[in-house]
Amino acid sequence: MARSQPASRPATPALQLDLALQLLRQAGHALPEGTPGSEAWLQSLIDSLVDMSSRDALTGLANRRSFELALAREIDRVARAGEPALLLALDIDHFKSVNDTHGHASGDLVLKAVAKVLLECVRPMDMVARVGGEEFAIVMPNCAPAFGEAVAERVRLRVEALPVSIGLSQQIHVSVSIGGAFAPQWVRSSPALWIERADIQLYRAKAQGRNRVCLEPSAVSVVSAEEKALLFGISQFQDIE
Amino acid sequence: MSAAPSKARNTKAAARARITAVTSGKGGVGKTFVSCNLAAALARQGRRVLVLDADLGLANLDVMLNLAPKITLHDVFTGKSSLQDAILPAPGGFSALLAGSGMVEYSRMTPEVRDQLLKVIETVAPRYDHVILDTGAGISDVVLYAVSLADQVLVVVTPEPTSMTDAYATIKVLASTQSRVQVQLVVNQTRRHGEGRAVCLQLQQVVDRFVNPGLAAPVRLDLLGQVPLDIAVRDSVLRRQLLMESLPGSPAALAVAAVATRLLD
Repeated sequence: MARSQPASRPATPALQLDLALQLLRQAGHALPEGTPGSEAWLQSLIDSLVDMSSRDALTGLANRRSFELALAREIDRVARAGEPALLLALDIDHFKSVNDTHGHASGDLVLKAVAKVLLECVRPMDMVARVGGEEFAIVMPNCAPAFGEAVAERVRLRVEALPVSIGLSQQIHVSVSIGGAFAPQWVRSSPALWIERADIQLYRAKAQGRNRVCLEPSAVSVVSAEEKALLFGISQFQDIE
Repeated sequence: MSAAPSKARNTKAAARARITAVTSGKGGVGKTFVSCNLAAALARQGRRVLVLDADLGLANLDVMLNLAPKITLHDVFTGKSSLQDAILPAPGGFSALLAGSGMVEYSRMTPEVRDQLLKVIETVAPRYDHVILDTGAGISDVVLYAVSLADQVLVVVTPEPTSMTDAYATIKVLASTQSRVQVQLVVNQTRRHGEGRAVCLQLQQVVDRFVNPGLAAPVRLDLLGQVPLDIAVRDSVLRRQLLMESLPGSPAALAVAAVATRLLD
């Protein structure tokens, strides 16, 4: 506390970095290289701290903070480039009973295993985040609405098939409920509203019995060639595909 | 209107304004022109009318009305000014609440914008007979939200294919996300008698075929009127005068007046 220091203490150029270095060591991060105190060394230290503060400590996934940043960036891109993007909200089913039955250490193993499998079944450009206790989210840039269901279903099946070892001879299985919403082309949104829409679908998936995928009905603003043909009269509108 | 809370719309004692959102999908089809001339026509019929520039990102109601507001919605949103001070008398005998420039940060929907807009509309609604929300182009969250606050939605469309496509997309989105059962249509820039009716029928046909089968209650398009292509409109916009004031006898002004009458039915 600054208050406990005497007010007359002279300003010192020495930075208090012990705790920062200790935290990095504890998190398994490489320590900064170069001459301690040099600009390069400090930048490297800051980079490591930034990296650490954007990750979830248990699973190593992006944390809620960096997830929301990524979401805002994605919305900007969608609005400019007109590419659709999918947001999936995932929740491990009956996670509380895993904790209650097998203990919190086992719960942590489940979270880590699920995090690992989620990372394995998405593209490198996708962001997987742990946004709450047993809640995860995946942002998928440039994901066409036609593939949304298949992508989400693949994630669900991979988790369902995953054996989690929680002891020398004990394995358990968990499942996830998944809700998804697209940030449709040329429809601007905000991170909060996008999350809300995916969450609504997640609640639907839970209410329908869990271990399932519910996506927001999408592409409502897209006018198909058939619709245009009827709108302008078929003779006027030629399908050139 | 199924959404109307009271039947006493035609009496001056109505407890709350009827809120009409004017939207179009495509830009440049005459949304703001229809909004302010409709407001002037309603004012001529003795109504207390407020036009709110809900095109928060690219507001141009001030340009249309030739007003240089010192206080805008921006000041209200940021708490710099009271709502009462931001309400200006506009030519045409109605009141205007202008977004002004500097609202770019509000062109995206955030919980803050949502709350601010709702608060403003709830505050003004008891003081007027009609509140007209002039929305932006496109189907952004802000547009959809502004429309969701309205008792009725008026879609401005021109007979051009691009405008019809965007109007159709708008109607489709409103039907699926807001369960609208009635959408009012104003067909602007028509070149012949009956063109408005034809555009409305064409849109209704596609809605019946592709939209209504998936809905609990079908959407019905209600043609409020057609406004003919009229050189007087261009002239009044260029001179930054309200057509209803400068040339109330022009074909387009008479057509907007007829729309206002239909709106009051």
